[in-house]
Amino acid sequence: MASSQRPGRGILVIPRPGRRSRDRSVLLLIPPMLWLGVAYLGALGALFITSLWGQNDFTGAIERIWTLDNFRDLFTIEVYRTITVRTITIAAVVTIVDAVLAFPIALYMAKVASPRLQRLLVIAVLMPLWASYLVKAYAWRSMLSEGGLISSIAAPFGLESPGYGLVATTITLAYLWLPFMILPIYAGLERLPDSLFEASSDLGARSAMTLRRVVLPMAFPAIVAGSIFTFSLTMGDYIAVRIVGGTSQLLGNVVYDNQGAANNLPFAAAVATIPVVVMLVYLAAARRTGALDNL
Amino acid sequence: MKRSTKRRTLAVTSAFLLALAAGCGTESGGSDADDDTGSAAGFTPPDLPMKEEMGDMEGEVNILAWPGYAEDGSTDAAVDWVTPFEEETGCQANVKYFGTSDEAVSLMKTGEYDVVSASGDASLRMIAAGDVAPVNVDLVENYVDVYDYLKDRDWNSVDGQMYGVPHGYGANLLMWRTDLVESAPTSWSVVFEGGSEYAGKVTAYDSPIYIADAAMYLMETQPDLGIEHPYSLDEDQLAAAVDLLKKQKENVGEYWSDYLKEVQAFTTGDSVVGTTWQVIANVAQGEGVPVDVVLPEEGATGWSDTWMVGADSPNTNCAYAWMNHIISPEANAAVAEYFGEAPSNAKACDIASEGHCETFHAGDEEYASKLWYWTTPIEQCLDGRTDVKCTDYGDWTQAWTEVKG
Repeated sequence: MASSQRPGRGILVIPRPGRRSRDRSVLLLIPPMLWLGVAYLGALGALFITSLWGQNDFTGAIERIWTLDNFRDLFTIEVYRTITVRTITIAAVVTIVDAVLAFPIALYMAKVASPRLQRLLVIAVLMPLWASYLVKAYAWRSMLSEGGLISSIAAPFGLESPGYGLVATTITLAYLWLPFMILPIYAGLERLPDSLFEASSDLGARSAMTLRRVVLPMAFPAIVAGSIFTFSLTMGDYIAVRIVGGTSQLLGNVVYDNQGAANNLPFAAAVATIPVVVMLVYLAAARRTGALDNL
Repeated sequence: MKRSTKRRTLAVTSAFLLALAAGCGTESGGSDADDDTGSAAGFTPPDLPMKEEMGDMEGEVNILAWPGYAEDGSTDAAVDWVTPFEEETGCQANVKYFGTSDEAVSLMKTGEYDVVSASGDASLRMIAAGDVAPVNVDLVENYVDVYDYLKDRDWNSVDGQMYGVPHGYGANLLMWRTDLVESAPTSWSVVFEGGSEYAGKVTAYDSPIYIADAAMYLMETQPDLGIEHPYSLDEDQLAAAVDLLKKQKENVGEYWSDYLKEVQAFTTGDSVVGTTWQVIANVAQGEGVPVDVVLPEEGATGWSDTWMVGADSPNTNCAYAWMNHIISPEANAAVAEYFGEAPSNAKACDIASEGHCETFHAGDEEYASKLWYWTTPIEQCLDGRTDVKCTDYGDWTQAWTEVKG
């Protein structure tokens, strides 16, 4: 994270390289660049290529003949549109829920808590990440079940557990990804100089006004930065929805069913390009807010 | 200067991607032109060598099985037929369970398994894909005791050549919570049409093959559709089955493919009625959950399983030893009782607990013919119609995605 004075990128002062040392640094960069190229970009490329192949329905063998059939199915069959819209909606709702929950926590951590408490809180926020994703998802499954913890807590108020479904999926995912939202907002708020708060109150603004007119606009890029995590993690998730989602399916499930069950890799690859495209659009939008500098 | 670096990186990346694309480019159509494996009636399996004679045991065997087919006592100390096999042969058994036939087909493609228990909706696909080898039944001592009506069937042989040894067969049953469902159901209508009473508590099997259950129900309730065989549906019949399943979905709480997830859902009461296997009912009852099962009056879909050997198996001796062991009277009786199915070995009935073989109608050829065993739907109608094209498994997979919405 950049410090508050923003001295620019040159904070790590490297003497202007001579020819030989430049060659050496190129050599040093080759392994990580290969890793990035092969493991990330290469995999994306392979994914895209695979999506242009076909499959023999009977034997499940991949037929390496260029075809756009997968994309045609994807666009013409209505169910995939429905699933895409559902996935994006869930991702958006999870992001909003997390932002609303994370902002007060992060604000307290950054501006109210004592340095000692601050450190403890950071650990507390990170702690859930130490436990396995599956354990947490299954814990939600048993809590949300018939006669589980949530329904027994809600019963006295005449409410009942939402049961398995999209609501349960949203709750579980919002719980799982919350730390990924708190940390960027916390980092963003910590960078705000206290003098801004003083100046705002000197000029007569109350806390609410300060929050709305000073803190929120400055924290906005940090919130967007956090939303990149919550949004993209939700877009790709298929496990939580299998555990608590009841009958519903998201894009991840379609990919999984086509890859794991039907063994239709080409179609799975075509479906997998949807989240990639959605995230590219999202990142392009996020870039305009300056959020990428907050990561 | 900065820009030129950027451009160079871009150039390197795109060169790399191009190389990659070239590397995995389109195969020439020529070699695959005669690859007409979609037609099962006349499909020619890849020519793979058959094992000629037994040799030394390799020391391990990787088993891909339906849950409950290879128990080593870790689920229930009394349920163990893997340990005797290991002691007898010295082959360490590494077991992996799968939840659906599709999963089995794709796992067999990895080539990491020596032997697999395949149902009829998977076996032909594996044979056609060349993932399993023909089996030399002369090397499997216990094969002679297998019921004759299980040998040389559509789902375990091609042109008279066996591709495995029959394991046993059984039916997909209807399970319900006896304390939460008022009267004991006798018909599948409770999950297809009467479900509103149990809205959100109905469960169903999460696989395209479940469409056959709906088709079988329609066979009885809507004879106008002319369904003769639940795995042989033309487009209109498939659409009718899909409609029924969409209607059912309104009452479904969740679909299951992981058998332990179904046990849990019935334990908590999140599911109270739905399709199941006997073994699931056994596990649930073992945990004190009040459930019961019935073979509904419309009949049932079911399975007739075959143990097959992986085409590239490095452990064929252990694999054959396993096949011989699992259809031996002792092991076959044990697995049939535990899973809740009819054994394939006639002698198993002498060992199985009293009444088991009667309950599951082992040896009753006529009963066995009434179960609609999982079969891969293909373009050529299995019911013998030639004037219409039937929907194949790809269509069913598509339809299943639409059912789930």
